[in-house]
Amino acid sequence: MEKPVICRIKEIIEESPTVKTFIIDKDFDFKPGQFAMLWLPGVDEKPFGFSSKNSFSVARVGNFTKKMHELKEGDIIGVRGPYGTYFEPMGDKVLAVAGGIGAAPIVTAVEEFSKQGVEITTILGARSKEELLFLDRFKKSGRLEICTDDGSFGFKGFTTEKMKEILKEERFDLIITCGPEIMMKKVVDIANEYNIPVQVSMERYMKCGIGICGQCCVDDEGLCVCKDGPVFWGDKLKFIKEFGKYKRDASGKKIYY
Amino acid sequence: MLKINLCGIEFRNPVFLASGIMGETGSALKRIAKGGAGAVTTKSIGLNPNPGHRNPTIVEVYGGFLNAMGLPNPGIDEYLEEIKGVRDELNRMDIRIIGSIYGKDEEEFAEVAKKMEEYVDIIELNISCPHAKGYGATIGQNPDLSYSVCKAVKKAVKVPVFAKLTPNVTDIIEIAQAVVDAGVDGLVAINTVRGMAIDIKAKKPILANKFGGLSGRAIKPIGIKVVWDLYENFDVPIIGVGGIMSGEDAIEYMMAGASAVQIGSGVYYRGYDIFKKVCDEIINFLKEENLTLKEIVGIAHE
Ligand SMILES: Cc1cc2nc3c(=O)[nH]c(=O)nc-3n(C[C@H](O)[C@H](O)[C@H](O)COP(=O)(O)OP(=O)(O)OC[C@H]3O[C@@H](n4cnc5c(N)ncnc54)[C@H](O)[C@@H]3O)c2cc1C
Ligand SMILES: Cc1cc2nc3c(=O)[nH]c(=O)nc-3n(C[C@H](O)[C@H](O)[C@H](O)COP(=O)(O)O)c2cc1C
Repeated sequence: MEKPVICRIKEIIEESPTVKTFIIDKDFDFKPGQFAMLWLPGVDEKPFGFSSKNSFSVARVGNFTKKMHELKEGDIIGVRGPYGTYFEPMGDKVLAVAGGIGAAPIVTAVEEFSKQGVEITTILGARSKEELLFLDRFKKSGRLEICTDDGSFGFKGFTTEKMKEILKEERFDLIITCGPEIMMKKVVDIANEYNIPVQVSMERYMKCGIGICGQCCVDDEGLCVCKDGPVFWGDKLKFIKEFGKYKRDASGKKIYY
Repeated sequence: MLKINLCGIEFRNPVFLASGIMGETGSALKRIAKGGAGAVTTKSIGLNPNPGHRNPTIVEVYGGFLNAMGLPNPGIDEYLEEIKGVRDELNRMDIRIIGSIYGKDEEEFAEVAKKMEEYVDIIELNISCPHAKGYGATIGQNPDLSYSVCKAVKKAVKVPVFAKLTPNVTDIIEIAQAVVDAGVDGLVAINTVRGMAIDIKAKKPILANKFGGLSGRAIKPIGIKVVWDLYENFDVPIIGVGGIMSGEDAIEYMMAGASAVQIGSGVYYRGYDIFKKVCDEIINFLKEENLTLKEIVGIAHE
């Protein structure tokens, strides 16, 4: 049944000034990159990636996420999912590129791949040192390269600059990425230059989450980000002409990046 | 074998996409066309952009879905760009477009219809959405309002106009009589059936709009009866909608009197190519029974 499962919040972790992780009292059989629709009764219901089998990590950006951040341990939320496609390992060496809250799905993929014996390098980017997410979890699963926009920690600059630097020296079998679309577009362009397969996790305004309302369909082939995605292989991306160009708001109006 | 003609328009087959499922963008319509639909119906489009209701807008229940999307759409001007982007391709594939529209009154309906007309083969009037206050069923539950809306649109456009009816009325014939008197070229039945689901742990209705419309398997008998009654009383073509998952379901609607059918929720249960599957199942049945499509329309009334 596609309906919310009511869960109780067991613990809340402050990951950074803008991100909180909510640990709930039920486990979900999710795959890295899959998401759920989180329901706050009386507020709204919106998509969030699993940051573990029983948690979601939420960046405060607007009204819904603000309401999420006001929740206390013991409060309830509805969870509908897991939905969508997921990151799949291929080869022996994987490069993961995570920007901002994109670290949430990426960290679950990196943990899973590393368990399967894949060698991981993660490039983790954030605006500043305080906004870096899941440092310990990333370090446990392989090599970690850190970038901050303001240079307050690690490499000063964009993840994509670091990525170019690393690719000059090393070869990878697969690149996975999640973060701002403009960053992911660059990651894909670089991956193509080096002829390395790539998987990206896309975001579009979602409503039903199950591939029928058409809200998150992307041009030109009408793929549903909620069902055919959110994780797309690079070859599928060729059929998503709007990638890196525009998205649609809740009414279906186009918004150009 | 499945070719039909409605109001002088040829359709490759009688299995269409219902309004509001995958219809928000041109590319989604194209995807459904590739899935084998004879025609695709757009999301119901209004004059101005509308974000729709807050989520949850949909929840599954036994026998189908409850939805209260709240008619989200980017407004007719922007939506026309969506249709223009795929119109040629759909023409090439021989797939028709049904433009579903809504408005708050007859002027608004007529204005949207006029803008839509050039790019679609049929205009479908949504006077039946159960969860958008002041729109949809607010009109379709009132014979006088239904009459004036249909009359105004008929006056405004040349393409055939179909009215989509709500089952949430005491006497469907009274409403249908009003829209037929207003001159509509055909009827579409049914839109969703009003309903509600409450989460007992959250102690609240699940849909943000509190109530919504029921679609899917559970409403098929309701739709069949409405189509039956319409067929008994009127001569205009009827498009049957509600709970169609298979060729057998489609044939049941046709035997009740539908010349064509639309599928919505079935897309979830059987995939984006459900249209092709249903067509194949209809063909198999016709072959087995040695019947033609024409012969089965209304056959149960004989
Ligand atoms: C598959 C997927 C996984 C996601 N995973 C996470 C995650 O793990 N952690 C996290 O913090 N955020 C995640 N997001 C983004 C999260 O859904 C938005 O940040 C949230 O919906 C913003 O809501 P708001 O009311 O706080 O902000 P608003 O002010 O309403 O919006 C801020 C931004 O979020 C986008 N947004 C708003 N509503 C939706 C919606 N219903 N669907 C998609 N995007 C929306 C808007 O386009 C806008 O760009 C994910 C999004 C998707 C599609
Ligand atoms: C998510 C969803 C959105 C819908 N949106 C519209 C709409 O915009 N306009 C309309 O006339 N009907 C709309 N409907 C109703 C369908 O077109 C159809 O009449 C109804 O779902 C019954 O058919 P089904 O059982 O095959 O789904 C919607 C239905 C669903 C499930």
